[in-house]
Amino acid sequence: MLSVLGQVSGGPAVAHGKLLFRPIGPELILVGVALAVMLLDAGYPERHHATLALLSLAGLAAAAAYSLSLWSWTGPTTVLGGMVAADRFTVFFRLVILGVAALAVLLSYQYLERADEVRGEYYPLLLFATAGMTLITAAADLIVVFLALEVLSLSLYLLTGFSFRRLASAEASMKYFLLGAFSSAFFLYGIALAYGATGTTNLAGIAHGLTGQVGPLSLALAASGLLAVGFGFKVAAVPFHMWAPDAYQGAPTCVTAFMSAGTKVAAFAAFLRVFDVAFSPLIWDWKPFVWILAALTMVVGSVLAIAQSDVKRMLAYSSVAHAGFILVGVTAASHAGIQAAMFYLAVYPAMILGAFGVVMVVSGRGERGLTLSSYAGLARRSPLVAAVLALLLLSLAGIPPTAGFIAKVAVFTAAIQSGHWPLALVGVLASVVAAFFYLRVIVLMYMQEPVIAGGQREAETGFDAEPGAVGSLGFVAIAVPALLTLIFGVFPGILFGVLKSASIIRF
Amino acid sequence: MLAQIVSHGPRIDHSHLPWLTVVTFLPLAGAAVLAFFPSRSTNLHRLWALFVAVLTFGAAVAVFVEFRTGQAGFQLVDRAAWVRSLNLQYFLGVDGISLFLVLLTAFLMPAAVLVSWGIQNQVKNYMLALLVLETAMIGSFLALDLLLFFFFFEALLFPMYLIIGGWGSERRIYAAVKFFLYTMAGSAFLLLGILFLYFKAGAQFGHPSFDYTVLRTLSLPAGTARWLFLAFFVAFAVKTPLVPLHTWLPDAHTEAPTAGSLALAAVVIKVGAYGLIRFNLGLFPGASTYFRTFVMVLAVIGIVYGAVVALIQTDIKRLVAYSSVSHMGFVALGIFAFTVQGMTGGVITMVNHGLSTGALFLLVGMLYERTHTRDLARMGGLGRVVPAMAGVFLFVALSSIGLPGLNGFVGEFLVILGTFVVSKAFAVAAVIGVVLSAIYLLWGYQRLMHGQPAIAGGSTNGHGAPEGPSGSTSTGPLGRLRDLELREYLVIVPIMAAILFIGIYPKPFLSRIEPAATTVVACVRPGLSGSARFTYVPVSLPPASCRSGR
Repeated sequence: MLSVLGQVSGGPAVAHGKLLFRPIGPELILVGVALAVMLLDAGYPERHHATLALLSLAGLAAAAAYSLSLWSWTGPTTVLGGMVAADRFTVFFRLVILGVAALAVLLSYQYLERADEVRGEYYPLLLFATAGMTLITAAADLIVVFLALEVLSLSLYLLTGFSFRRLASAEASMKYFLLGAFSSAFFLYGIALAYGATGTTNLAGIAHGLTGQVGPLSLALAASGLLAVGFGFKVAAVPFHMWAPDAYQGAPTCVTAFMSAGTKVAAFAAFLRVFDVAFSPLIWDWKPFVWILAALTMVVGSVLAIAQSDVKRMLAYSSVAHAGFILVGVTAASHAGIQAAMFYLAVYPAMILGAFGVVMVVSGRGERGLTLSSYAGLARRSPLVAAVLALLLLSLAGIPPTAGFIAKVAVFTAAIQSGHWPLALVGVLASVVAAFFYLRVIVLMYMQEPVIAGGQREAETGFDAEPGAVGSLGFVAIAVPALLTLIFGVFPGILFGVLKSASIIRF
Repeated sequence: MLAQIVSHGPRIDHSHLPWLTVVTFLPLAGAAVLAFFPSRSTNLHRLWALFVAVLTFGAAVAVFVEFRTGQAGFQLVDRAAWVRSLNLQYFLGVDGISLFLVLLTAFLMPAAVLVSWGIQNQVKNYMLALLVLETAMIGSFLALDLLLFFFFFEALLFPMYLIIGGWGSERRIYAAVKFFLYTMAGSAFLLLGILFLYFKAGAQFGHPSFDYTVLRTLSLPAGTARWLFLAFFVAFAVKTPLVPLHTWLPDAHTEAPTAGSLALAAVVIKVGAYGLIRFNLGLFPGASTYFRTFVMVLAVIGIVYGAVVALIQTDIKRLVAYSSVSHMGFVALGIFAFTVQGMTGGVITMVNHGLSTGALFLLVGMLYERTHTRDLARMGGLGRVVPAMAGVFLFVALSSIGLPGLNGFVGEFLVILGTFVVSKAFAVAAVIGVVLSAIYLLWGYQRLMHGQPAIAGGSTNGHGAPEGPSGSTSTGPLGRLRDLELREYLVIVPIMAAILFIGIYPKPFLSRIEPAATTVVACVRPGLSGSARFTYVPVSLPPASCRSGR
């Protein structure tokens, strides 16, 4: 089964001679552009918001183009002393993350304009976080994983508290920071133990070290457990999900959209690589742990989401539940499982980013109109936005013909193939539970009248029925994900074709 | 490997238009065009939806014409790779069983559009949902790739849910959510069963497959087959519905708008019964035999229970809804009798039930538009006021009861005959169901149409009659209730013609259903005796058409 994951090389591949920087080109571009945006903002106080956003978008586009050129990389599989991997796996995830970031920039532009929160440091922080996310997908060494994790986390702590005048935002940032620091400590301790067990932090090296090892593996097991806890925090798997609802709710909605989609993709990319490469010799030891994590996450996420009356909290719990579904693919620990998880990770960001995008558009100026009841009668007021949200919610619920359906089928297929049919059973039942709260929003939008009278409603939500109120940028940012979920739902072959080679982790 | 898979499948005829694809996706294409119509011109939306529905019926007729009688197996096959890496196919095919269900669907959809003419609220969304629903319904009958089937089966839920929840009567949201969750919970097990089969095929044939024709040839251990049977059975028993799982139906049928009730009763629940025949019997013949008595008992309970509960209803729409439970019990009884008569009768009863109960829901809907009540106690004597409607109602009720000469008789007779060969007790229970259906329908008719007019003057308004979303007609004095108008004649007369036609001359139907029914029955009962065969046309069965999964 493991042979499909790639060949275990004879220890850490250290490239002698000149250092190859090309595989981290996208990150260099992102960081460079981030610095340029920062300097531009500092040097020209009368800066124009649109310029900053456009420059960021250009940077993201350049990074994406550069990543794409790495698809046909023929050099060594790891570069910079075995620290960074250069395979199609990272290209795939980088493109997903860069797409998420680009849509987040569009959302952010509109959000910041409306909330009157335009401050220059926003875009550099977003780009740094993006750089951290893309770097983590390429990390072939636990140190790089940690480094990238910290880059993205620190940027996100700041972004979460970006509207610090709003108490909820500051509080969310604080909670996220404290629990994030905890998880970093777990993670770091895991790295230390892994080093203690094998004498290296290189992923291929750890795998190599563990393969030959006989006798007690307690140190390595503890290491894998601690690392799983660390990743569990980042992907918001139960019972390490406590921060997610608070952070998602408090953060500015455009940041929530970005981090709910981006962080999960990045952390899962690293999760896949660390557990399917470094700890592949211990596969039978960590599988039950992840199995339980997956089952708990699906059930608890879905059940708790029912009790929410705030849209952002509901989507936060939904995103917790989705982490569980992705974990089902990870648990399968087969080529099909990795492929399924990657398919999920390609379509999930579109769904959740789009959904939070709609929340942002509906809440209008700032953070109002976030209760479920403010969605009553949305189909009347703004049929297009309601249709987009309905499509995204159907996809989140896993109803055909959306990509969410194919993603769930792929994940359950992988689980059954690996003999985890009880997990698949838990999964399908959890999706029935989850369908209930997604449907509730659709009921509100399509089948009920607005609860508040006309003029009062506008004052309450800041959202009026004029189509212009959505904003063209905001609309693009929600329509593109909706379209993608439809396309990948009807023609999933497109993505599976790409995944054929991208799902092979080389090391 | 691919060649091997294809050789299992039916012959592909390239000389024709891909009619099955056309009939499946024509409504969807129509919906896609409709989405770009300006939202103000509601009459245009209605006309366009009607046009698309009629066009789809034309395509369904083309399928009927292309279909060759007396030939077992799937015809007019359309097949292409959908997702190559999963060996997921786009695979449509039609046999005698699905042929008439598709025809029924396409036949009733123009009626569904016409009867919804009075809907004023979000007409465009309504018509969109109706057209998308049609694609999903037809697709579920034609899909021969199991995942493709599941795709359509699940895609059916959302438009149906929107129609119930968006345009239904006062408890519509409760009914819609109940319908959705019930069905989705059932199909969760179906999905697992399908995935399990997929890997079984991988283990046995070297390549996992969702292909129905391939999966039929799997040999499964008895225990596994039984579990899989149950997983499929739960999904289809909820949809059919069989008795302990039927509770969503009265709510959904009652609360849905007229066209929604029509689609639900006539087509959506048929997907469940169709699934029982196609997948439960087709894939797990051994397990089907094992659970046969169990299902027949459920079916008989459904027949009697549905009829008894229909007797005590005071809401006319609920009465018709419970009559559906009873009739679908007949269908299930016929299917699980495992005789050619029973199977043929079960399939033709599905079509008959679609026509008769569909027509009853249409009439009840028309009545509701006029009286704004469904309460039998508050109606009466309508026969004098709306004589044409009363006549039509009686005609349809008699067809539902199974009066010889009308369609219901053909199906019920065959079911009872097919059951009698197998078990006299079950046949007697089924006859009791027929008698009860005469009582509840005729009594219902009497309370509606005979006696003293109970709705006087403008008193309906005073009683707080429920406001339908489509409520545009005036609730004037009883004397001013309109009789059927031209549009309503257009809705109901073709259905009446079909009812009469099947009743008098069922041969074109039976001769097409029978080969398919014989194939299915031969699968579940390999040692079928000559006396249990009952053929209009000589059928040459493909040798060893199914390997019994014991």
